[in-house]
Amino acid sequence: MRERILAAYDPFVLPFVFGMTFVLAYCLIALVKVLLQLNAADRRKFALSLITPTTIVKNIRDIFCDCLLHVKLWKRNPVLGYMHSSIAFGWFMIIVIGHIETILYIPERLHRLYYPIFYRYFMEEQNTTLQGSFFFFLMDFFLLIILSGITIAIIKRFRSRIVGMRRTTKLTLTDRIGLYSLWAIFPLRWIAEGFTAGVAGGSFMTVPINWILHNFMSKPENITVAWWLYSIALGTFMTVLPFTRYMHIPSEILLVPMRNAGLPVRHTRKGFALTMLYSCPSCGVCIDACPMGVQKKNVKDATVYMVRNLKRRNQKRSLEIAEKCLMCGKCAALCQVQMDACGLRLAYRTAQEKKTNQIPADFSYLAAVEPIAPAVEPVALDDEKVLYYAGCMSSLTPVISRSVQKVLQSAGVRYELMDKDGSICCGRPLMLAGRQEEAQQLIAQNRKLIEASGARILLVSCAICYRIFKEHYALSGVQVWHYTEYFSRLIREGKLQLRNSHQTLVYHDPCDLGRGCGIYDAPRAALRTVGQLVPALKERKESICCGGSVGSLTLRYEDREPITRNAIDNLTANNPEAIVTACPLCLKTFGRFAPVPVFDFAQVLADNLE
Amino acid sequence: MIDFGYGLTPSSTLKIENVANPAFEELRQREPDVAKCIACGSCTASCSAGVFTEMSLRRVILSLQRGREKETLPMLQHCMLCGKCLLVCPRGINTRHLILSIGKVYKMEEDR
Repeated sequence: MRERILAAYDPFVLPFVFGMTFVLAYCLIALVKVLLQLNAADRRKFALSLITPTTIVKNIRDIFCDCLLHVKLWKRNPVLGYMHSSIAFGWFMIIVIGHIETILYIPERLHRLYYPIFYRYFMEEQNTTLQGSFFFFLMDFFLLIILSGITIAIIKRFRSRIVGMRRTTKLTLTDRIGLYSLWAIFPLRWIAEGFTAGVAGGSFMTVPINWILHNFMSKPENITVAWWLYSIALGTFMTVLPFTRYMHIPSEILLVPMRNAGLPVRHTRKGFALTMLYSCPSCGVCIDACPMGVQKKNVKDATVYMVRNLKRRNQKRSLEIAEKCLMCGKCAALCQVQMDACGLRLAYRTAQEKKTNQIPADFSYLAAVEPIAPAVEPVALDDEKVLYYAGCMSSLTPVISRSVQKVLQSAGVRYELMDKDGSICCGRPLMLAGRQEEAQQLIAQNRKLIEASGARILLVSCAICYRIFKEHYALSGVQVWHYTEYFSRLIREGKLQLRNSHQTLVYHDPCDLGRGCGIYDAPRAALRTVGQLVPALKERKESICCGGSVGSLTLRYEDREPITRNAIDNLTANNPEAIVTACPLCLKTFGRFAPVPVFDFAQVLADNLE
Repeated sequence: MIDFGYGLTPSSTLKIENVANPAFEELRQREPDVAKCIACGSCTASCSAGVFTEMSLRRVILSLQRGREKETLPMLQHCMLCGKCLLVCPRGINTRHLILSIGKVYKMEEDR
């Protein structure tokens, strides 16, 4: 290899150098800003995680798999997975190979930012030598991969259904500039390298293009034009990058370690949240995921638009979206960058509620609620005694509590009711409304009651309550069980004698139980012993919210109905004889519109006791 | 017409809608559902806080309509926002948002 341009410089590199310097400076300033916005505890936690060996390994693996190979996307949609990983990984490899070549053959030029990028222009080598043909082949191979990805991207933009997306995001003007310059970069690179293939050798992509466009490419005056255009495309892309969705490329590299450090979302657009906002690639997976999307007017309430409005500081729209969301978490479960969509909304609601609520809560009356066992003498902890908390909603669906008790009696479990005479709410509805401190008061009160009872097992039949008991109660010495888990344990231990009715059942995953707490298998295992389980179209992680969620603050009754009907259509696709759910709210909501009977999980078990 | 010295007088019924009540009007703008209430009392009957306190959403709505917020707002302090009223309301009123909206329109007086 030898240098073809001895000056190692040509003015065409300037657009690229400008763009690259700009984007690097921008990212550096943003990084400092984000780190300064973290509170001291979070910053220490983050710093510690960066030197913990296991987290380091996880960080590297996640950055490689998520940012370059897009493994998650491959699993969900192989075409989109290929499209993203071909562009990301292919581009990464081209940059890496350019650097390797520079390091190997002309290390003294490495300090020039542009040299590895425009290596072909400055260096001369024939493809007849081994090293030449090897690197030429590699470069052309990755160029081919990128170009195939770009082709899919162009098809997707005009016919998204071909690649399996119903709706894609509406792009902003800067997004469009970024998009078109990104599309242009690689075809231009192909042409530019086609020229040099005539003088300095090429491989299976660049040599043929040189032959095909021979008349054009044999004119030396066209060479710099092609390289200028390539550099301008690169420069444009880099310059607009911070103002487009492509900012997710650098942001994700920071997001992955921050997420792995376990930082919480404390603010809607500061610190970790800011990194998260800029990591949104606006891919639009959340648009199709959102259960509110059944009505066209709600399409713009998807997480991607929430992120866009938060970035632009559009308070009014951000608030509207934050308050409307059902908090079912489906968009977050499917999100490629694991956006904490509910956390962001909750942070917004909390800030808003703190600012605007003028009626301070007063829960002093709760102190008078009678504990279950006399609190005067300390109660000995009882390993087998179960304390059953039915929750507020269950008092509107008494069949649940009746069935749970029937099953417990049949299994010979000693139990006590925690909220026979009216329950103290678990606190999650308050929390979802943004009243965190008030919720803590209820939690403290309930915790007192639970710990005074002496029971070791707290049985919960409401998915909403279960989630907050798990996440925020920190009960010492008391295990929290959801009844689906507890009953399938009783079945496994042979304490419950059930008969199989051979009724076809479909199971609905309640949001807070499935996506919220990861319980998918226990209820299914138990239901298989009493009936025949048929699948829903979308289930488990992708289950559709029933529409009754207390997560939404502003969604009106009329607008919940289409969501419920859509969820029912999804469940009844395989003509089950009944729908089974494990949440009183879903039971009540589905019960209004379902064409088949809707049962609670405990009810099905109780009806099939031997 | 012959003047007999007496005649029909206009109705002396007080129409509550005609009394200026700007706070309630603002509440109605924030949550139009408030106008749908038929005061059936389902919310009160099912209320979790109502088991322990005098909280009654039905009374809250009626009293606010009559401009008697002073006796109403303390009731709302007890609300746990559990959402049972939302499920039982025959008119489909978004009760939780209504309660949250009241907190934004009306202000508790400090000495209470």
